[in-house]
Amino acid sequence: MGVGTVELSVAPARARRSTGMLIGLGVFLLLAATQAYSISISTPDRDMGHLQKIMYVHVPAAWNMMIAYFIVAIASLRYLWKGREKDDLLAAAAAETGALMTGLTLALGMIWGKPTWGIWWTWDARLTSTAVLFFIYVGYLILRAFVDDPDRRAQWSAAVGLLGALNVPIVYMSVRWWRTLHQVQSSPSTLDPNYTLSLRINAIAVMIVVLFFIRHRYQTMQLEAAADAMHERIALGDRGGINA
Amino acid sequence: MSGNVEGRKRATLVVAVVIVLGAFGYLLYGGLDKNVVFFLTPQELLAKGTQVEDVPVRLGGMVAPGSVKWDADKLDLRFVLMDGVKTVEVHSKGAPPQMFRDNMGVVCEGRFRNGIFESTNLMIKHSEEYRAPKPGQTPQEMYKEMFKTLKQDASS
Repeated sequence: MGVGTVELSVAPARARRSTGMLIGLGVFLLLAATQAYSISISTPDRDMGHLQKIMYVHVPAAWNMMIAYFIVAIASLRYLWKGREKDDLLAAAAAETGALMTGLTLALGMIWGKPTWGIWWTWDARLTSTAVLFFIYVGYLILRAFVDDPDRRAQWSAAVGLLGALNVPIVYMSVRWWRTLHQVQSSPSTLDPNYTLSLRINAIAVMIVVLFFIRHRYQTMQLEAAADAMHERIALGDRGGINA
Repeated sequence: MSGNVEGRKRATLVVAVVIVLGAFGYLLYGGLDKNVVFFLTPQELLAKGTQVEDVPVRLGGMVAPGSVKWDADKLDLRFVLMDGVKTVEVHSKGAPPQMFRDNMGVVCEGRFRNGIFESTNLMIKHSEEYRAPKPGQTPQEMYKEMFKTLKQDASS
């Protein structure tokens, strides 16, 4: 275990990095294309005109954060069950992406709310539960940043990750369980056909972006974990650790 | 031996997580009930009588067609909110949001005083319908759904 090993492991990582960049570029071009197409085919809404188009990012972000948190829940449960580092890293990658999508949902919701509802924010059940979801996962990321011991970090994160995921069905059902300012879910019967088509293709494009983010962060975190393990070995005098 | 300790630790952790999840779930699913409403309908407000006289409350419904009186010089707005059962007269200062019009869903924050709702904050409640305008279609149709739910809530 010398310097040679370190150099050898850099080459595949570099190759993976350029593949990742290519995939990333493709993914974002796809999203740009679906956005451009949707905007071009969507006639202005009778109430809010062009503001309706915020739907094509707000709603896909909200749907896909649910996918991300579902992955967090499954990976966290598997970690608690089997104790494998890989599951912890997958949960962390999905939680990061989920928090990003929730933040995007909230930000776009506020930007949409001001000109249509007349307010940036209010404390109805849908908005409040979404804000709680956001803060739980921001807390999750802060927790990970502050705990150094990988095992403890993984166990605590799994608990918080599961707790947060419990909130997801509440967020989704909030508009039906409680009387809120936010309207209930739209469906193809309450949308013009070209709005439905636009929403669907953008939801798929954002899903591909989300899966790309999760995959990319998962790989990066695995490399970081491997680098940490290598540093530890070197610090222990190159003897392969105490178990050797 | 060390495997045993690890196993016990893991079991304790799993039990702890289950307890915390259970408590959290109870708080959210059981502790909150249908009474968490963002606004009262005119029917509910009137039913509460003196209980809601001059206390901060939210009132929601639809703008009764033809009831809007807007004084652009004084920025003074008067209209009637309806829920399909009862109506309440609303008084508000300042320009309403752009989407404010007849039959639009509206939620007002303010106080109910001497039979008039004094609104300090006016919000639009949009329906889940998004449509391009069609010739001959009336805006009333799009609020049918919301109207229905409000009526159901009021009668339940």
